[in-house]
Amino acid sequence: MNTNVMNRLQSIVGKNNIYSSQEDRIAYSYDGTPVLEALPDAAVRAHSVEEISQILKLANETGFSVIPRGSGTGLSGGSIPTKDSVILLMNHWDKIVEIDRENLTALVQPGVITADLHHAVEKVGLFYPPDPGSMTICTIGGNVAENAGGLRGLKYGVTKNYVMGIEAVLANGDIVKLGGKNVKDVSGYNLKDFLVGSEGTIAIFTQILLKLIPKPKAQKTMLAYFQNMTNAAQTVSDIIAAHIIPATLEFLDQTTIQCVEDFAGIGLPKNIGALLLIEVDGHPAQVEDETKQIIPIANKNGASEVKIASTEKEADDLKTARRSAFAALARAKPTTILEDATVPRSQLAPMVDKIQNIAEKYQIRMGVFGHAGDGNLHPTALTDERDSDEMHRVEQAFEEIFREALELGGTLTGEHGVGLAKKRYLEEWSSSGQKELMQKLKRALDPNNVLNPGKIFDVQF
Amino acid sequence: MGLLSNKNTGSETNPINYQKAALVNFPGSIEIPNEETIINCIHCGMCLSVCPTYQLTGMEKSSPRGRIRLIKIVAEGNLDLTPNFIDEMDFCLDCQACQTVCPAGVKFGQLVEASRDQIANVGKDPQHFRKRFFFRFIFPSHARLKIIAAMLRLYQKFLQKILRKIGFFHLLPKKLGRMDQLAPKISDKFSDKILKEDMRPKGEIKYRVGFLKGCLMNVMFADINKDTVDVLLENDCEVIMPKNQVCCGSLAAHNGDFKSAKSLAKKNIIAFLAHDLDAIVINSAGCSAFMKEYGELLQDDPEYSDKAKELSAKVKDVHEFLVEIDFKQPKFPVQKKITYHDACHLAHSQQITDEPRRILQAIPGLEIVELNESTMCCGSAGIYNMVRYDDSMKLLKRKVDNIVDTQAEVVIAANPGCAGQIEYGLRNREIDIKVMNPMTLLKMSYGLPPAGETE
Ligand SMILES: Cc1cc2nc3c(=O)[nH]c(=O)nc-3n(C[C@H](O)[C@H](O)[C@H](O)COP(=O)(O)OP(=O)(O)OC[C@H]3O[C@@H](n4cnc5c(N)ncnc54)[C@H](O)[C@@H]3O)c2cc1C
Repeated sequence: MNTNVMNRLQSIVGKNNIYSSQEDRIAYSYDGTPVLEALPDAAVRAHSVEEISQILKLANETGFSVIPRGSGTGLSGGSIPTKDSVILLMNHWDKIVEIDRENLTALVQPGVITADLHHAVEKVGLFYPPDPGSMTICTIGGNVAENAGGLRGLKYGVTKNYVMGIEAVLANGDIVKLGGKNVKDVSGYNLKDFLVGSEGTIAIFTQILLKLIPKPKAQKTMLAYFQNMTNAAQTVSDIIAAHIIPATLEFLDQTTIQCVEDFAGIGLPKNIGALLLIEVDGHPAQVEDETKQIIPIANKNGASEVKIASTEKEADDLKTARRSAFAALARAKPTTILEDATVPRSQLAPMVDKIQNIAEKYQIRMGVFGHAGDGNLHPTALTDERDSDEMHRVEQAFEEIFREALELGGTLTGEHGVGLAKKRYLEEWSSSGQKELMQKLKRALDPNNVLNPGKIFDVQF
Repeated sequence: MGLLSNKNTGSETNPINYQKAALVNFPGSIEIPNEETIINCIHCGMCLSVCPTYQLTGMEKSSPRGRIRLIKIVAEGNLDLTPNFIDEMDFCLDCQACQTVCPAGVKFGQLVEASRDQIANVGKDPQHFRKRFFFRFIFPSHARLKIIAAMLRLYQKFLQKILRKIGFFHLLPKKLGRMDQLAPKISDKFSDKILKEDMRPKGEIKYRVGFLKGCLMNVMFADINKDTVDVLLENDCEVIMPKNQVCCGSLAAHNGDFKSAKSLAKKNIIAFLAHDLDAIVINSAGCSAFMKEYGELLQDDPEYSDKAKELSAKVKDVHEFLVEIDFKQPKFPVQKKITYHDACHLAHSQQITDEPRRILQAIPGLEIVELNESTMCCGSAGIYNMVRYDDSMKLLKRKVDNIVDTQAEVVIAANPGCAGQIEYGLRNREIDIKVMNPMTLLKMSYGLPPAGETE
């Protein structure tokens, strides 16, 4: 970026809000995605919607790209810099503007940390369900941009189910307000939903209106141990077939259990083949009833033990341990490459078998865990980026996993997004017309390709 | 090879071109931070949520994940030891909160300490002389420390009041004026005066334990040392306080002076292993944490590696020890509303959070309120509050605000650095909340007279 452009950027945000030292550029060269990295020209902080608008206008005029960034926990490379780019820091936009207890909504700036919102709304008896594993640090803006899921997705859905309105700056600098507090609203296209999951390529969110629900009165957290993954997966299908929808239905395989236990030290047995973490919540009577139904289903599928957490702290420890799964796997090998393939719930057991066979075929050590109830699996290759031969086999294995998932009626990514990491696969496997329509929209809304270019797909202009 | 090489990021990414600086950064014999530890970090970002300096700035380079990346690029020779880099290493409190939450188990403390060692060794540390004065001259010698403390005591007793009254400190440069306040009150008698080399319980001896008197504990918190020993005696321990013990070396090591640290470690190994001990009990968290690491510190020393491991295996924080031996239940009620601050070197370096609480819960009459952000650093961090006063005060303010919110009358800090810092924060804002040590309360509840009154 030449000095003239840098000076103009400076006159928009002020000298102290531009970070272009080597050290700052290095610190914004990555996110949570393995292997991918690149240097930005600078990072900037804007302090008003107007400043963001001016930055985007300047970008259109002079040709640099703008990459919005929350906390950089993304797992598909969404906030990784591209050529001639400026990282637009959004983590300091961290005010909870309003919690409306009559309309059950929260109006937040995009940099609010997800867990901070949880605490704030739970204090007044309300509940914001989406709880990604990274919730202690990821931002609501990042969640909306990736349409993040979480442990409570099975019963409560994902981020998109809670977004009621968005204020955003479009690529050309236009400021728009979409949606609002109305529970029903059909005045035209459903535009806010188009922004959910847009991965920073269409607009920069500056305010988000979220739906809240009353906090469930009771909950029960259980662990069920199994000899193998297939039995655990069958239990998941059977629970849902019995018309019970737990808030949480997560599973971990043996490798993951071992690593998680090494980190958390909460007494998980290291010799079992798989475990399910199950949480039911709601009215106390319903919670009792569902717990009573789940235990025999697990036992029928060969569970060696079903344990119920006796205190809230014990339940929290179990969930925290589950949330650590991805990073805890790094204890086994330095590089953990995690995928996000998702299949319809009924196909969970066959998919699990396929993953195991593929790992064997390519001789890859794989840890598998995930949001079992959603059919959303995280097969995670444990490898070492310095070993190029193994890295190649990892790539082949994932290609085959994706193919199998799609054959079972599944999709490439359930919640982490396409970004850079899965762009190549989208190229090959997007459903008919989907990619072309997305590209058309991108071209129309960002004709100079300044907003997070090259993410999700490439566009020819 | 620089790892920042556009891998898989497609054609539109920014090519990276660093000046090669490896040879400048790591001349000859200086060790680079351990590669396996660096590569263990998968940059998931979970550490950001608990890092005090990230909380202060919101900048990635001031987070553990950012610092590890910088250390990595330096280690690969693609970034020089720049002033910014040095400043980031210095800004870190080494509180190790990041280690507690790191699912991957990255030992961040070791990385930042190794980095500081490099910086010191190539003579680039701007605070070099100040730190070396503390770590090579003052702390290694209990005798010198005592002389300085005695001077400070005289000063605090006679001169301080007068000088404060006449507003003398307003005449001094701001930094010097503050030093006067930052120093906790020097004890009337140092603990090696009140305590003996070999102290025996009234009844039968069940355990024989060594006791480290500590540098700060000895001169500034002598009463707490006395309380600790009395509690141990009450629990049927014979307490040995070897005369030839020295500073544990932690302050030196945390600031990258491993040479001093190793030499001190060896002296302590000689001093303590001369006695046949069941445990070495320590009431200063930084010291116990560090002495548990002697084994690693001296692992390549042919003469000392085994002995260092033997010593480390015996080291126990006093709360940990008391819970392990199923301490005698206290009976006398202590009617106080208290809150507990977790010292970093207990909570993060040793994962000791439950034990002090269990001791406090055993004391009848105490009402215990949990402290918000109890495991966040108070900003004391060794000599951090002296060398980075402004940053330290921001964290102290946050800590004191949280303490005030609990409406407790006493805040419990089980570590001398924290106790002094929090006390300073409260005094400065004229807040009437006392700082106490768990051992003092436990002793009270055993029905023993307070330390000041026994002599
Ligand atoms: C340990 C771990 C566990 C995880 N668990 C889950 C999980 O359970 N479920 C799940 O769905 N994900 C999970 N993730 C992935 C990740 O945390 C989510 O994708 C999260 O939503 C990213 O938020 P962030 O603030 O870190 O965003 P970033 O990584 O900074 O950015 C993500 C994307 O959002 C865009 N963006 C950020 N802010 C804005 C804004 N204000 N306006 C427009 N675009 C913006 C960026 O450009 C980028 O494309 C996990 C990640 C980790 C490291």
